[in-house]
Amino acid sequence: MDIFLSQVLNGLQLGSIYALVALGYTMVYGIILLLNFAHGDIIMVGAYVSWLVMAQLGLNPIIAILLSVVACTLVGVLIDKVAYAPLRNAPRLSILITAIGVSYFLENGAQLVFGADPKVVPAFTDVSTIKLGDIALSFPAVVTVLVTVVATIALTLLVQKSKLGKAMRAVSEDMGAARLMGINVNSTISFTFAVGSALAGIGAVLYAMAYTQASPTMGMMLGTKAFVAAVLGGIGSIPGAVVGGLIVGFAEMIVTWLGLSVWKDAVVFLLLIIVLIVKPTGIFGKTMSEKV
Amino acid sequence: MPSDKKKHRPVLVQVETPNLIPERDLGSIPVLQAEHLGIDFGGLTAVDDFNIAMGRTEISGLIGPNGAGKTTIFNLLTNVYKPTRGTVLIDGYDTAGKSVADVNRMGIARTFQNIRLFSKMTVEQNVLVGFGNTMKTHLITDMLRLPGHWKQEAEFHDRALELLDIFDMRTYADTLAGNLPYGAQRRLEILRALATGPKVLLLDEPAAGMNPAETEELMENIQKIRDEFQIAILLIEHDMSLVMGVCEVVGVLDYGKIIAKGTPEQIQNDPRVIEAYLGKQEVK
Repeated sequence: MDIFLSQVLNGLQLGSIYALVALGYTMVYGIILLLNFAHGDIIMVGAYVSWLVMAQLGLNPIIAILLSVVACTLVGVLIDKVAYAPLRNAPRLSILITAIGVSYFLENGAQLVFGADPKVVPAFTDVSTIKLGDIALSFPAVVTVLVTVVATIALTLLVQKSKLGKAMRAVSEDMGAARLMGINVNSTISFTFAVGSALAGIGAVLYAMAYTQASPTMGMMLGTKAFVAAVLGGIGSIPGAVVGGLIVGFAEMIVTWLGLSVWKDAVVFLLLIIVLIVKPTGIFGKTMSEKV
Repeated sequence: MPSDKKKHRPVLVQVETPNLIPERDLGSIPVLQAEHLGIDFGGLTAVDDFNIAMGRTEISGLIGPNGAGKTTIFNLLTNVYKPTRGTVLIDGYDTAGKSVADVNRMGIARTFQNIRLFSKMTVEQNVLVGFGNTMKTHLITDMLRLPGHWKQEAEFHDRALELLDIFDMRTYADTLAGNLPYGAQRRLEILRALATGPKVLLLDEPAAGMNPAETEELMENIQKIRDEFQIAILLIEHDMSLVMGVCEVVGVLDYGKIIAKGTPEQIQNDPRVIEAYLGKQEVK
């Protein structure tokens, strides 16, 4: 029972991180139909900032968390402004390839600055377990799950209730009509990148908390799996990203638990293939009809 | 009502109809003015030398065969297309170099030939998007739903419902816009445009797909909007009964050029118009 519970918590923890990253993919796709392949690498930026602040500057973990999230947000918005915004009216393939380019730029840039060796991110807190009755739960896992729940609720409120959220939904449905209704499309898109990247920043801190390292290519596999999660749930859908993330997390947890951890990546991509065959629009995705 | 001809501003360029539009503000500048407006797509001149000057509470119509450039003119007036030649003034201010969103804020709003509502949002939310310009909200207040948020939300909720009342659409407030019946979607598009607080409303084929009874109702609604909001309305329409019934001035466009303008009566009897437009129907 104890093992079962801790495994479930592991699955939730991993799934939560995937969910946070998948939200960024899904939001950006929802608004400008771009698969932002550089999104996973934003996690790497966040992890390095945490390492810099704590291991190099020796500052308080709270500062590290805040700076990581802020840095990710800024990098996300900057990427949009510098790389994607000039291509807003270009064919979608151009901007997609640009996204891959940005991803390589970030990875190689980090390698140039920090070297190829992974850096060890110090523990954010001395507390490693919390006791619930006589069951000991991993503290980073509990924090990860709680933070993800709060972030998801906040994001849902933001999208459903705030004026900017309404503008985001309007732009995602019909950018031209939104413009004609007086919505500033560029700032709405920047805002979307900011929110998605901030979530990635939170994901970065939680990831560093769980796996305690930062390396130039850490965002690659993490980003790809989060992308799988977003597609699984139905890209463009916020609940879809969360559910997709949890499914991917649990799938990995179960495979690892069965002692087949070398197969866990394969299983995730197998899941993707099955979903794409059975329901190509994903779990929460709606059938899309191309505008003519 | 006798009045001095010369006092009147040109409407779709000069028209010899002094007494038609008594409510026009004689002293003030036109709410919408375009001079020598034109655009080329590659070598093709889509619109050439288009002129208009609209009074503040005037209803004008733009007719012409398919492909004559009517929707292109709407796109030019709203800066969706950047004009190759000419200027557009909204309430005296030049729209050159302004973004589409800014031009909307300057006082021009439109509907679309093919309905372009935010179909996955509710009817009320569609209107609220239109209100966006006037809402002074704070992100954190909204998310945490602090008192300031409730106050503002309640206020805009009421305003949205009031606006929906104009077309008796209050009961639809929570329906997804995409699920509305066709006629109601057209009406909602007009309300969403009105929510942005325009001085000029552009209607692109508002009666498309409507039956005669619905068209009749639309005509009443167009006049009602003008009277209640005191705004100018420029409409593109193929339905002659609507154009002739509601417009005070009509311009006829063919191959991107205005070939005739005047009152509905004048237009109906203009041989050039019959040749270019109405003539086609007679042949059949």
